[in-house]
Amino acid sequence: MTAKSRQRLQGLLFGVAFGFLLQKGGVTRFDVIVGQLLLEDFTVVKIMLTAVAVGTVGIHWLKHRGWTSFSPKRGSWGRNAIGGMLFGVGFALLGYCPGTIAGAIGSGWLDALAGGLPGILLGSALLAAAYPWLQARVFSRGDFGDLTLPRLFKTNDWLVIAPLLAIIALLFFLLERAGL
Amino acid sequence: MNWLSEVRWSPYVVGAAIGVLSWFTLLVSRQPLGCSTSFARTAGMIERLFRGRKVDEKPYYREVRPEVDWQWLLVIGMVIGAFLAARLSGDLAAVWVPARWAAAFGTAPLPRLLAALAGGILLGFGSRWADGCTSGHGISGTMQLAVSSWISACCFFSGGILAAWFLYRVVA
Repeated sequence: MTAKSRQRLQGLLFGVAFGFLLQKGGVTRFDVIVGQLLLEDFTVVKIMLTAVAVGTVGIHWLKHRGWTSFSPKRGSWGRNAIGGMLFGVGFALLGYCPGTIAGAIGSGWLDALAGGLPGILLGSALLAAAYPWLQARVFSRGDFGDLTLPRLFKTNDWLVIAPLLAIIALLFFLLERAGL
Repeated sequence: MNWLSEVRWSPYVVGAAIGVLSWFTLLVSRQPLGCSTSFARTAGMIERLFRGRKVDEKPYYREVRPEVDWQWLLVIGMVIGAFLAARLSGDLAAVWVPARWAAAFGTAPLPRLLAALAGGILLGFGSRWADGCTSGHGISGTMQLAVSSWISACCFFSGGILAAWFLYRVVA
């Protein structure tokens, strides 16, 4: 097996695990995602922040051991804030995101397959067409490159990770106490 | 193996497992979990069916090549994984209109399909504008402590909460 096909097979298997988990977590359902955005059902926030807490500790430990490396995405206010808000509106209207829609299609949601999927492909193609224009005028506004929180606060990784974990734990405690 | 046939698992268990999964994708494949780039690559492959090799010359597709890669197969795998999970718990849907939508806007499939199409267009456009989605920025980027990802994730949810309030509380 070539290196390329081994890499692709790994992607497929990781995807099976990821999709399985998302479906069992309930976030491949429109009702759960829109419930989160209406602040009635906190499943999405609980899954994402637990993944972030566990993931952050693990990948930074791996990085400090020299076993892996990663490169934070570059960004700008023009790119991440405006694009993020547009994404948010689409998120509320569609009720799935690009990852969970794959799981929604697999678990038989026909609005995801017949409406959402062609929509995402069309939206991606439109962005590709507008890319040179946006790149020249919008994407460079408020550019901060590949800045990370530790560099922003001029401290080491663990002094960012420890308070982050504490905030996530506090939020979970408050959510559970409020019965959400 | 009763737990495999349960419809829902605890969100904390699922989240922790996704966190562990993200260690292994970095360690084994040197890739972070992410999804939306694959939709852009697919859009390029479809465009190529109509416009031929000229598509590869577009500035966007010179950076995001319309080809099958690790993440593209990850997304295919996700369809299969979710199918298996739903099959094991008898949770396969075959439904056009989700309950929350039906409660707000009725059970007719066409309005739901049009909204899903419009939402999908904004989602595809916005995710490529922001250079990531709820997994690439929201999970993988935030755990790398990237400023771009934290801003994106906050805006995904701010925009989503505002739009959901408007759609399901004001319009409906």
